[in-house]
Amino acid sequence: MAPASSSAPAFEYAPAPESRAVVDIAPSYGLFIDGEFTEAADGKVFKTVSPSTEEVLSEVAEAGEADVDRAVKAARKAFEKWSALPGAERAKYLFRIARIIQERSRELAVLETLDNGKPIRETRDADLPLVAAHFFYYAGWADKLDHAGYGANPRPLGVAGQVIPWNFPLLMLAWKIAPALATGNTVVLKPAETTPLSALFFADICRQAGLPKGVVNIITGDGRAGAALTAHPDVNKVAFTGSTAVGKQIARTVAGTRKKLTLELGGKGANIVFDDAPIDQAVEGIVNGIFFNQGQVCCAGSRLLVQESIHDELLDSLKRRLTTLRLGDPLDKNTDIGAINSAEQLARISALADQGEAEGAERWSPACELPSSGYWFAPTLFTNVTQAHTVARDEIFGPVLSVLTFRTPDEAVAKANNTPYGLSAGIWTEKGSRILAVANKLRAGVIWSNTFNKFDPTSPFGGYKESGFGREGGRHGLEAYLDV
Amino acid sequence: MSERLSVFKTYKLYVGGKFPRSESGRVYEVTTRTSAAAAAGKGKWLANAPLSSRKDARDAVVAARKAFGGWSGATAYNRGQILYRVAEMLEGRRDQYVAEVADAEGLSKSKAAAQVDAAIDRWVWYAGWTDKIAQVVGGGNPVAGPFFNLSSPEPTGVVAVLAPQESSFLGLVSVIAPVVATGNTAVVVASEKSPLPALSLGEVLATSDLPGGVVNVLSGRTAEIATPLAAHQDVNAIDLAGADETLAKELEIAAADNLKRVLRPQPVDDVDWSATPGTDRMTAFLETKTVWHPTGALGASGSSY
Repeated sequence: MAPASSSAPAFEYAPAPESRAVVDIAPSYGLFIDGEFTEAADGKVFKTVSPSTEEVLSEVAEAGEADVDRAVKAARKAFEKWSALPGAERAKYLFRIARIIQERSRELAVLETLDNGKPIRETRDADLPLVAAHFFYYAGWADKLDHAGYGANPRPLGVAGQVIPWNFPLLMLAWKIAPALATGNTVVLKPAETTPLSALFFADICRQAGLPKGVVNIITGDGRAGAALTAHPDVNKVAFTGSTAVGKQIARTVAGTRKKLTLELGGKGANIVFDDAPIDQAVEGIVNGIFFNQGQVCCAGSRLLVQESIHDELLDSLKRRLTTLRLGDPLDKNTDIGAINSAEQLARISALADQGEAEGAERWSPACELPSSGYWFAPTLFTNVTQAHTVARDEIFGPVLSVLTFRTPDEAVAKANNTPYGLSAGIWTEKGSRILAVANKLRAGVIWSNTFNKFDPTSPFGGYKESGFGREGGRHGLEAYLDV
Repeated sequence: MSERLSVFKTYKLYVGGKFPRSESGRVYEVTTRTSAAAAAGKGKWLANAPLSSRKDARDAVVAARKAFGGWSGATAYNRGQILYRVAEMLEGRRDQYVAEVADAEGLSKSKAAAQVDAAIDRWVWYAGWTDKIAQVVGGGNPVAGPFFNLSSPEPTGVVAVLAPQESSFLGLVSVIAPVVATGNTAVVVASEKSPLPALSLGEVLATSDLPGGVVNVLSGRTAEIATPLAAHQDVNAIDLAGADETLAKELEIAAADNLKRVLRPQPVDDVDWSATPGTDRMTAFLETKTVWHPTGALGASGSSY
C-alpha cells in the first residue's frame, strides 16, 4: 500500500519477492482419473490465470458428465481394496502424503499464491502448515476408528464426491480428502474453477506416495461438473464447501437419496468488542478477522460490533492500523493484502460496497494505490451501519468490514445472532465470565475469544443454521465419512 | 337400575402447554385398528381427533420457539429430572395407555402393555442421558498452539418430528424423548391413523413440570401438517420417521430452503422400537460449538502471570 499522505511510514520497504523458480507449472493439465492424467472426453479446456497479474498460468481440462462418470467408476473400483486395507496401511499412505507436502511446501505455497492471489506470507505460514497437519492428524485416526466413539469397526460410506472453493484451495482439499481416505472411502474431488492447480499438484503427490490408482481422482471444471458429481447416482457421500445458495441446491439434489451430506457454507461473523477489551489486541484481531485472505473467508469477522463507549477510540486505532497494511504483489513477503481471486468476485464485492454507500452507510478506505493489472480491492470500512443495511446482512466475501454498535451484552448477542448464518463469532473482553456467557448465547459453530481465525486439525469446524451442517476436523470430522 | 353412562374424552391438541382444538374447527374419525376390523373395512369408532391445519402447525412452531430459550438454558440435571418425572406420571396412568395402545394398534392387552412399559423405560433411559451426552460427544481439543479449545454439543433448536405411523406410542416416545432430552423443543405430528395415544401423552407432559411449548402435539393428515413445517423458516430440523418415501423426498427438498437438519426415515416402518436406542437420535439434532481462548505461555522466561 502506498503511504498515506497524512501518516508517512517510518521507513520504506524494499521489494522482497519470493522466487517463482521453485514451482514448475506445465502449460496444460488433464483430469486425474484412475491414477492417470487424461484429457476431457470432449477435449474441452479452460485457462487459469493469476489474479494479481491476469497472466495465464496454465490450461486445464474441463470435465463433462462423461468424465465425472469415469472418475466415479474409478473411485468405485478402487473402493473395495482401499476400504479392505488394514487401517495401519491406510495411515501410512496418509503419513507419506503429509510428509511429501511438508517437503514440497514452499513450491506449493508459491503455486497457491500464483493461482489464488493471496499473499505468500499466508500460504507459507497458514495454508501449507495446516494442510500438512491435517493429513498427519487424520493419518493417525485410520487405525484407531474403533475407539472414535462410533461403535466397533465403523464402516466407510463408499465413494465421496467433494466440491471445494477457491479461497483456500489446498487446505479445503486437505479437509475433504484426509478424513475421507482415513476412514476408507475413495474420492472424486473437484477444485474450484479459478484455482485448479494445487489440486493437480496434489495428484502428483498421490503418485509420489504410491497411493493406489483410483483412490483419489481430481476433476477440474466449473459448476456444471460439480453439479454432475453431486448428482451422480453412484456417489455415497457429498461434501461441499462454498456458497449457501449452491449448498441449498445440493441439499435438494440429494433429497430422497441415501447419500450422506455435509455442507460448509457462508457466514456473516460478528466480532464483538466490549469496552474492557485490550484495544491493540482487539484491533489486530479485527484486522485478522476481516482482512486475512482479503476477507474471502467464510468465517470472516465481517460485522464488527463495538460497545458504544469505545467506538471512537477503537475506530481511530483501527483506521491507523489499516494505513500500515501493504497491498500489492502477493509473492512479496511483506505483502499483507493480495489480489481478489477473480474478476467476477471483484465485481460482486464492488457492487455490494457501492450498495452500502447508496444505502447511507459511511465508507472509508486508507489511501491506497491499486496495481494497474489484476483484481484488487482496497481494505474498506463501513460505519453508521444499521442491521437493515445490505452490508450488514449479505456475505460480501471481500475485505469489507461493517461496523455496528451496542450498549449491553444482551444487545450484542441479539445483533450477533440476527442473521441466517451461524458459522463464527469473536468476543473481546478481559472478563472471563462475560466471555463464557456470551459464547454460550451465540448461535455459531466456532467462537474465538480474544483471538480470531485460528484453525487446527483437531478442532471441529462448521456452522449452525444456514452456514451448513456437519463438522470438519477433530474426532467429529470422522462422522461425515462413516456409515453411522 | 341402568348401567352408568361413561364420560367420553374430547381429544385435543397439545400446544404451548395448553389443550386447544384445531383452529380450523375440523376433526376426523379415529377407529380401532384390529385386523378383524380392517378385514371388515371399518373399525370401531374411538374418537373424533382434531384435524390440524397449517395454521395450527405455525402456532405450534411459535410455541416451540418461545420455549426454546428456557428449555435449552435449563441445566441438564433439571431436564433429566423432568424427563424422569414424565416416566413417573406415565407409570401411574399405565392402564389408560395400555387400553389406548391396544385399541390404536389392534394389540392384545399383554402386547400393548409391553409397548407401554418399554415407552416408560425409554423416558427413563433418556432422562439419564441429559447430563452425559455432552461428555460423550464433546470435549477439549489438543490444538497445536497456546489455546484452550473446547467443543460442546448444543441443541439445534425447534425440531419438527413426524412420529412413526405404526408404533403409535413406543415409536412416538422413541422419537420425542431424544429430541427434548438435549434441550431442543419439538412440534410432533402424531400417527395419522392412531393419534390418540399421542394426544393423551400431552396430559402427562403437562403434569410433569415440562415447560409449555417444549413438546407440542398435532394430529391430522401427516402430509398436510408436515409440508408447512418442512418449509417453515423458524424450524431448524425435521425428523422424517413418519413419512413415506415420496413424502420424505418432498419434505427434504422443502427443508433445504433454510438448510434444516434432516433425519431421514428408516427404510421400513416396522423397525424394532423396543431395541435399546443408541445416541443417533440425539446427535442428529445437536450442533457442535467450539470455543477458543488463548492460554498464554508460562515458564518459558520465568513467571509471566
